[in-house]
Amino acid sequence: MTTSSTHNQTSWAQRILDGDRRSLAQVISLLENQEQEGFNILKELYPHTGQAHIIGLTGPPGAGKSSLVDRMIQEIRTRGHKVAVVAVDPTSPFTGGAILGDRIRMQRWASDPGVYIRSMGTRGSLGGLAQAVYATVQLLDAAGYPYVLVETVGVGQSEVDIVQVADTVVVVSVPGLGDDVQVSKAGIMEIGDIFAVNKADLPGSQRVIIELESMLDLGSHGNWRPPVIPTVATTNQGVSQLVTAIQDHYAFLKENNLLMEKRLTRQKESVLQRLTERIRKDITELWTKEHGSQIWQDLAAKRIDPYTLEEQLYLNWKGGNTVDKKD
Amino acid sequence: MERPIRVLIAKPGLDGHDRGAKVLARAMRDAGMEVVYTGLRQTPQQIVEAAIQEDVDVIGLSCLSGAHNHLFPEVTRLLKEQNATDILVIGGGIIPEEDIPSLKAAGISEIFTPGTPTSVAIDYIKEHVTK
Repeated sequence: MTTSSTHNQTSWAQRILDGDRRSLAQVISLLENQEQEGFNILKELYPHTGQAHIIGLTGPPGAGKSSLVDRMIQEIRTRGHKVAVVAVDPTSPFTGGAILGDRIRMQRWASDPGVYIRSMGTRGSLGGLAQAVYATVQLLDAAGYPYVLVETVGVGQSEVDIVQVADTVVVVSVPGLGDDVQVSKAGIMEIGDIFAVNKADLPGSQRVIIELESMLDLGSHGNWRPPVIPTVATTNQGVSQLVTAIQDHYAFLKENNLLMEKRLTRQKESVLQRLTERIRKDITELWTKEHGSQIWQDLAAKRIDPYTLEEQLYLNWKGGNTVDKKD
Repeated sequence: MERPIRVLIAKPGLDGHDRGAKVLARAMRDAGMEVVYTGLRQTPQQIVEAAIQEDVDVIGLSCLSGAHNHLFPEVTRLLKEQNATDILVIGGGIIPEEDIPSLKAAGISEIFTPGTPTSVAIDYIKEHVTK
């Protein structure tokens, strides 16, 4: 992309504010690739952020998240709002490639100017991905989408990080995945503000609902008791209730001054993560410049252990003298 | 950071034969590309809109219904309309030899006919996408 040569940053930001979807898409790529130019544009647009309700959806593969998102788009459009979707699919750790297939379920909205859908691969870097998703969400917010849905596969801690860029987290469950021990052990269950039991027309769904309800009865939730909502994405059953529950949760956050608090935590985390990443780069670059890449070979050959190496890198960066010597 | 090539694989028109498109999508993934698959029965407008929203480098069109002479040029026409001619468009499917020159004239960069190894299409993309 020949960004800087053909346009200045002002016009990028302005074009995004004017609703130019091509510019929006290209700047998302810059953010996804962690290019500084993208962040410069985001800086300019930052005053326009904070308007969107950011909704995270997670759940096991095959739970019907994409189909549910498709129905949620329909419901939100019916209620007269624009909506953007960020759909995250796993990148192969072996080849770096990815098949981004969530869009298939939502492709009927491709020509609707009130809907923007973007697919993203996880690209291996966990903290980095959460940052890329967060930056993209902010850009979509600034671009004037009042609802931003982030869909991700619910496996592992990294996914928990991603959905926590959201104001409201919807955990999607389905019948047939195990007993109530699964419900209580899965970490992902602790982050849900709303639980959707999709494929609720299948046998066993009532049991999942009861198990979720009893798990929620045991926990402490402050003043928000997460609702459990049966849905059938294929027939649109329960989708209206789900969207209403999502709006209720947002109203609850606002009324109790929790929204600002939640967002500040996220912003702090974003600053710290970016800072950590920058310092990490600085430290390794400084060492490589001074000593070459020999250390990694030493590490591979066990001439040094990772713990001593970390100390050496840190002390080298700090200039050695400023850190108290161990006795 | 080395950015992966992003490809949109789409099936315009009404035929339901997506085996070829899926095999190619898999091969592209294995070659380190990010492949957005949009599914069957897409209109040229849906394809172009999706390609723009996804900011892809390449659109791969697969058509086995015989309607390629109408559908493929419609995609490149819409790209022109959207000022997005920098997106590389390639096509595949059952396409007679004699149709290829006019498709290329309409802005389809290359046509891959049945029997083409996936590696040929992948090499072509790697060669022609310059970032």
